[in-house]
Order: sequence, then structure tokens, then C-alpha cells
Amino acid sequence: MSFLELKDLRIHFPTDDGLVKSVDGLSFTLERGKTLGIVGESGSGKSVTSLGILGLHKGGRARISGEIWLDGEELVGASQEHVRALRGKKMAMIFQDPLSAMHPFYTVGDQIIEAYRIHNDVSKKVARKHAIDMLGRVGIPQPERRVDSYPHEFSGGMRQRAMIAMALSCDPELLIADEPTTALDVTVQAQILDLMRDLQRDFNAALIIITHDLGVVAELSDDILVMYGGKCVEYGTSDDIFERPEHPYTWGLLGSMPRLDREPTERLMPIKGSPPSLINVPSGCAFHPRCVFEERTGGRAKAEVPELLETEGGHLVRCHLPRERRRAIWENEIKPNLEAS
Amino acid sequence: MVTYIIRRLIWAVVMLTIVSIITFAIFFLVPRLAGATSESLAARYVGRTASAEQVKIAADKLGFNDPLIVQYGRFAKGIVAGADYDYGPGVERCPAPCFGYSFLTRLPVWPDLLDRLPVTLSLAIGAAVIWVLAGVATGVLSALRRGSLFDRAAMGVALAGVSLPIFFTGIVSLVIFSYGHPFRITAPGGSFTPFEENPAMWAYNLILPWITLAFLYAAGYARLTRAGMLETMSEDYIRTARAKGLNERRVVVKHGLRGALTPILTIFGLDLGLLLGGAVLTESTYSLPGMGKYAIDAITNQDLPKVMGVTLVAAFFVVFANLIVDLLYAVVDPRVRLG
Ligand SMILES: Nc1ncnc2c1ncn2[C@@H]1O[C@H](COP(=O)(O)OP(=O)(O)OP(=O)(O)O)[C@@H](O)[C@H]1O
Ligand code: SF4
Ligand SMILES: [Mg+2]
Repeated sequence: MSFLELKDLRIHFPTDDGLVKSVDGLSFTLERGKTLGIVGESGSGKSVTSLGILGLHKGGRARISGEIWLDGEELVGASQEHVRALRGKKMAMIFQDPLSAMHPFYTVGDQIIEAYRIHNDVSKKVARKHAIDMLGRVGIPQPERRVDSYPHEFSGGMRQRAMIAMALSCDPELLIADEPTTALDVTVQAQILDLMRDLQRDFNAALIIITHDLGVVAELSDDILVMYGGKCVEYGTSDDIFERPEHPYTWGLLGSMPRLDREPTERLMPIKGSPPSLINVPSGCAFHPRCVFEERTGGRAKAEVPELLETEGGHLVRCHLPRERRRAIWENEIKPNLEAS
Repeated sequence: MVTYIIRRLIWAVVMLTIVSIITFAIFFLVPRLAGATSESLAARYVGRTASAEQVKIAADKLGFNDPLIVQYGRFAKGIVAGADYDYGPGVERCPAPCFGYSFLTRLPVWPDLLDRLPVTLSLAIGAAVIWVLAGVATGVLSALRRGSLFDRAAMGVALAGVSLPIFFTGIVSLVIFSYGHPFRITAPGGSFTPFEENPAMWAYNLILPWITLAFLYAAGYARLTRAGMLETMSEDYIRTARAKGLNERRVVVKHGLRGALTPILTIFGLDLGLLLGGAVLTESTYSLPGMGKYAIDAITNQDLPKVMGVTLVAAFFVVFANLIVDLLYAVVDPRVRLG
């Protein structure tokens, strides 16, 4: 069995307006030492998925079904207390905006010490030494001095490094980074991604990187999962997604990738329209109102939910277009366009 | 930090000086406007039997004919260094801090105030402990169980607490605690036992006033805490705390409540400062011989030196509490830069 395995995970929120199906039948596997990138637009259910794996929806109003297997243990059915004990130790998380994700009233050191001491029965002094070590490892200069600083005294990049130090303090085997670089400058983004790659190698953890920007996961990920409206629409190796993508939504994401050689605002083929409502999900293929190739499926896209099917060697696609049509469109219509720009 | 403290201290002294000037001006002008003359003021000291001549001499000696500024100078000097009062028959030494002599009892005001202080202090601090604990706990639970029966009941009671007058809640708590059941508290009104004499009696005599006063304040603190907790518990750092694997109690107390503490602390400082000048209504309701009662009696008897003394002491507590709050701000919220 894989180290992490999600089977048909569903996380629904009953609200006054209706049932929000934030995650609707998500499955994937991930091994130790490997990196999975989860990509999708805002509201596609990426954060809800990651919080769900950590068990942070438990006890709330969310309706959760399916299975989450972590190192041979099932977590959806496990008790809150049991999952709490795994949190921070076996699985840890890095959040998007480190300024708001760290407590403004405690020093960076105290917050790392706290994380460490929940799961390790050590004295404050030992924990402090460990915190300083961790700050050093994530590349914070003068860690023995910075350990006593407050989050607001750090720069954005340094704060994110401190956040990473906190998440790694108990040597977790699964690390989830939810948009770890979105709040940072472009140059700092690259540094943080480099750091995460190095650390992952050192710690041999399973890493999930969540982002709405394919560019972020391009170099880091072994596998990539493209999410749309709470569902996986395409899943494959990094090569599958970048060299042989088959889903129209993935094509759209590739087309709207910011490039270093262009103005950030100028994008080749932005996806028209906006992400779907998760309460009234469009009938059939959830992407059909925005899909350029919708009419080529002869009305099926509106009526019938496409299944996530294997196209070749573990590469999964959720689209009614026949495999050959998709490949032809990619080779003849999409790829030349992307390369021309 | 040190310069900040020094600046705040200087500012506190300036505030107190200004308050004392204003107080003095008011109490100097008010009797005059009401038709009092230097002689009629002096007459209050030398007694009714004195001759007109004696009164005139006393008025001169007491300085009632000097300009306002000179009289204020003497008054201020008395507070800092003490003063000698010479009203004819003899000279009376009034040691620092001298707030003058009562018209009525001819006793210096300060020892009187010192007598009353423990009562007010006991009342205010005891009530403060109760209301902070009860108010904050209620607010936290309400926020965590938002919309529940507990939340709605607590907020209903809290609304009553902040809007009902104290003599009403005072009578209600008297009825609840003192009549018709075996656990009643039948503290005789108007008695105060100093803590060092008998702590049990001290608490027993004060429990009703404490509850009455605390209820009034707890209501406000419950609402304030609830609002603050609703805000902080949805902050990102709470999610982080949970993601670390903290248990829920520590998430709520160490991260949530800690984040909501600043406004509570601010209000607490101001409330306590005001209250230390005398819980007028509570002291009157329960006939407690505290500063508030003292002020009321002094006003009723038109005993101006007493009124001035109690006003200045009350002002001192407010300024002092403000000072403490300002300093604590920096401790509570490290983002507040001191310089
Ligand atoms: N507690 C909740 N109650 C109701 N709806 C929720 C809740 N949490 C999330 N949602 C909804 O679930 C959907 C998916 O949210 P999620 O935060 O996972 O998106 P995301 O993919 O992380 O987007 P972003 O890129 O903006 O972070 C959103 O429409 C959101 O409104
Ligand atoms: S099923 Fe149809 S609408 Fe959906 S992605 Fe494929 S082509 Fe587009
Ligand atoms: Mg998100």
C-alpha cells in the first residue's frame, strides 16, 4: 500500500444556500520522498482537500466520506484525538500567508518550540536549541538571535522560512504546502521553492504542493493532479502534464501560465469565464460552459459526467473527447500556439 | 522603552496637575458664585460663636482673600509638602499630603480618605476578579458555541446586565441571595471588616456588593470577549495552531483568547481606575463606607475640602490606570512600538 492514499474523498459543507461540494470524489496516491502538485483555480477545493487530510474539518459542520490512508492507518473514520496526535508530528502543513498564519503575539522561536514540545517530551531549553537549529537549516541568518524575534519583524521570505521550520520541527513524513509562495515576490518564490526541494530530499517526506500556478510545480513535482470544481480532471506525471496534456482545462492552465520572458499580465490563452459554483455545479462535464471544445463532443458534455479514465500508463483524464481527438488537438492546435509565443 | 515610560510618567503628572487646577478653580469659584464670601468660608472653620472680628482675622490668615493663583499654589504645596493652618486660636500642622481640613469635622481630609480607601479597594478589586473571570469565561463559551442556547441565554442576560441600573440589580441580588432559602447571605448593610482583621468576615460582608457590581461589569466583558473571540478564532493563526496538533483547549486559551486580550485589558484598566475613585452607587446601595459614599456625604454637606480631596484621589486613580494600560499595551501586543 502507498504511504498516502485517498479513496473517493468527499468533503461537503451544508450551508444556507445549499450543499457546497468542495471536494467531490478525489483519489490519489503518494509515496515517501515523492512530490505531488495539486493545481487548480481559486475555489477548486485544494485547501479543503489539504485541511481534510490533516483532519481539520473534523468536529465542524463538514460532511466527510471516503478514505484517507496514511502509512497504513485510515483517518476519516479515526477519532479526532487520534488524528490530532498525528498532526504536526506525522503530517504537517505550510500555509499561504505566513504573516497571518503565525501568531502575532508570540516570538517565532516560541511558536516553533510549542510545535516541537507538543510531540516531544523535552525541556524548554532543549526545544529552544532545536528551534535555533531548524531556523538555521531553513537558511535564516543568525538564528540564535532571530529566534526571539516576532513574526512582524521578519521579511515575507524569512517568515515563510520560519513557517517551514515550524512545520518541519517534528520531522513529519507528510508535508502539505498550501500555496507556499503566493504571498511572496517572484525572486523570493524561487528561493523558497529551492529550499523546499532541498529539504524534501533531506527529510525524505512525501510532499504535496498546492498552487494555482502550474509554473510553481513544474520543476518540483513528480506527479501533478489538476483539480476543477472539487474533482480531479487530469492526473499524471509531470511529463504527462507538461508534454502530453489531454484535458482542455489543463491546456487552458498551460496557456495562462505566467512566463518570465513576458509581462506578468500578458497571458497567451486565458481561460474565459469564471470557476463554477460548487452548489449548482454545471450539468455533465463541470467545465463545459467554459470549454472551447465542448461542441466537439456532440452534446454529451452537457448531459453526462465524464469519467476519470486512464489514457496511458497511469495518466488519467476526465473528458468525453476520444483519446485520439484529444491528442490531435494538442499536437495540432494547442502545442504550436504555446510554442509560438 | 525607558524613554517611553518616562514620557508617559511626565504626561501623567501633567494630567494630574491640570486636573487639580480645574478642580481647584471649580471649587473656588462655585461657592463664590453661590454667594459665599471669604468671611462665610472662614466662619465654617472658627465656629458660629466667634465674633465678626475673629472671623475676619481667620479669613485673612487662612488666605481666603488672596488671589486664586496664590491659593492654588498653597493648596498644591500642601499636597506635596504639607501645610500649617492658622485660623486664629492656634496653628494646626497638616502633614503631606495635605488636602486641607473638613469644614464640618475640622479634621484633615487625607486620613479620612485613607480610612475609606480599603473599603473601596476591597470592593473594586474583589468585584473585578469576579467580573473578569465570569465575563471572560462566559464570552469565550458563547463564542465557541455561537448560536446555541447557552450563547443566546448568556447574551440576553448580558444585555440586561449592561442596561439595568445598579440599584435594580442590587435589589434583585439582595432578594436572590438574602431571602427565602437556607443558603442566604444576611450580611448586615453598612458593615465593613478589614481584611487583615478577619478575612472570612471581610469576604462575607462584601459578597453581595461584589456580585452586584461584578454582574454589571461582567455583562460588558462577556459581550466584549465574545466579539473578540469570534474574530480571533477565525484567524489563520488558529488554523496553524490546530495544524500543529495542539489540543482544543490550548488553541482556544493560548492562541484565541490571547489574541482577543488587548481590548479587554484596555477597558479593564479604565473601569478599574474609575471604580477605585469610589463605586458611588454600589456603596450607597449597600451603605458601605467607601470613597464613593464619602464623596456623596461630602457633597450633601457642602464640605468642599472633602469633595476636592476625593475628586483628586479619584482623578489620580484614573490617570494611574491609564498609565498602566499604556505600558501593558506594549507587553500584550509586541507590534506596538515604543519609542
Ligand atoms: N467551511 C466551509 N463552509 C462552506 N464552504 C466552504 C468551507 N470551506 C471552503 N468552502 C468552499 O469550498 C470551496 C473550495 O474552497 P478551497 O479553499 O478549497 O479553494 P482553493 O482551491 O483552495 O482556492 P484558493 O486558490 O482560493 O485557495 C470554496 O467555494 C469555498 O467557498
Ligand atoms: S468533456 Fe467536453 S466540455 Fe468537458 S472538458 Fe472534455 S471537451 Fe470540454
Ligand atoms: Mg486555498
